[in-house]
Amino acid sequence: MSESDAVNASRRRFVATTAAAVGAVMGAAVGVPALGYLASPALEAGGSDAWVPLGNLESFSTQQPTPFSFTRSKTSGWRKSTRSYTVYVIRNADGVRVLSSRCTHLSCRVTWHEEQNAFTCPCHDAQFGPQGEVLYGPPPKPLEEYETKIEDGALLIRVVEA
Amino acid sequence: MASKLIGWLDERTGIVGVYKTVFDRKIPRVNWWFTLGSASLFLFSIQVVTGILLTVYYVPSPEHAYDSVQYIMTGVQFGWLIRGVHHWAASLMVLTVFLHMLRVFFYGAYKYPREITWVTGVVLLLATLGMGFTGYLLPWNQKAYWATTVGTSIAGTVPGIGDFILRALRGGADLSAMTLTRFFAAHVWMLPLVILAVISVHLYLVIRNGISAAPKDDE
Ligand code: HEM
Ligand code: FES
Repeated sequence: MSESDAVNASRRRFVATTAAAVGAVMGAAVGVPALGYLASPALEAGGSDAWVPLGNLESFSTQQPTPFSFTRSKTSGWRKSTRSYTVYVIRNADGVRVLSSRCTHLSCRVTWHEEQNAFTCPCHDAQFGPQGEVLYGPPPKPLEEYETKIEDGALLIRVVEA
Repeated sequence: MASKLIGWLDERTGIVGVYKTVFDRKIPRVNWWFTLGSASLFLFSIQVVTGILLTVYYVPSPEHAYDSVQYIMTGVQFGWLIRGVHHWAASLMVLTVFLHMLRVFFYGAYKYPREITWVTGVVLLLATLGMGFTGYLLPWNQKAYWATTVGTSIAGTVPGIGDFILRALRGGADLSAMTLTRFFAAHVWMLPLVILAVISVHLYLVIRNGISAAPKDDE
């Protein structure tokens, strides 16, 4: 190997190493923001926790669970949408309880059937009793209950969204 | 270890031959103007990566395009960076492609046997300009809307078939949802695939014919 060949060889090695190093830095400069960008929605805190007024407590029946529906607005990314809720207000001598109408099996909506004295789910025939307890079918748990409070005679429930 | 692995791969794929043909080819004594083609290639790669990322949140519909772009700018981590890079690299790419063409022209590098390289280059220039034109509409803001109104109107002044061209570009008589979706399809699918295919031919020819030497003073 002549002297200039040796110089050429070491220059080649220098160029190759520099190219690899610069390439790695540039790859990271693009790659790290790209990962943050893709993961961004998964890292957002999101969610909400609010007290929702259902109206005057006295207006709810003490005989039957009474359905109450409301909607809450929600922002997913660039889009505003609404999510609708139906809850059941159950009043008796002991006080008031508010149950979600979401079946604890696979999230279908249950409805109150007076003649059966039960909430029934249309999806897999489940039945829940007047206090939300499972009477029949696949649901693993009673209907979810909301935390309640009374302010100036008005009933409020705490709605926590993921 | 590494050289053993490379040897193993080379025996089955001929990868070392490919590497040598592409990167260890002989080139004449050249200058910085000869890097403009590589710069164009680099910017195109940047556009592919950032463009694919933008489509994760962008929505090509008149109801949502503007909001989805606002969301990228303010709601997504590094969204401003990804969009900013796509924006600036787009302008820069038009510039480098154009300067690359001027370099080729002034060095007379388009002459025999490189005419086909030049012709594929013309396609690349037009497709690059097409990317700029179609991409400009996508944010669906006032500037985008009116720039495209003007741009498509200019295409409409062609004698005879002008009205047809205008309607084909707009997907109807006016700028509408039809315009936005077809510009999106062109910007994201058709033109990039054309550019990718033609770059392959262009680079094959550059490698196969070798790079022309700068003309001597007495030539
Ligand atoms: C996306 C756009 C383009 C890319 C990525 C690209 C890429 C390249 C690369 C990497 C080279 C190697 C030599 C150099 O960089 O100077 C080259 C050479 C060449 N390009 Fe392009 N190019 C593009 C557009 C164009 C345009 C618009 C023209 C002309 C209309 C053109 C005509 C040529 C010719 C004739 C050569 C051979 C030059 C020589 O042998 O000295 N290219 N191109
Ligand atoms: S979802 Fe209600 S029973 Fe299956």
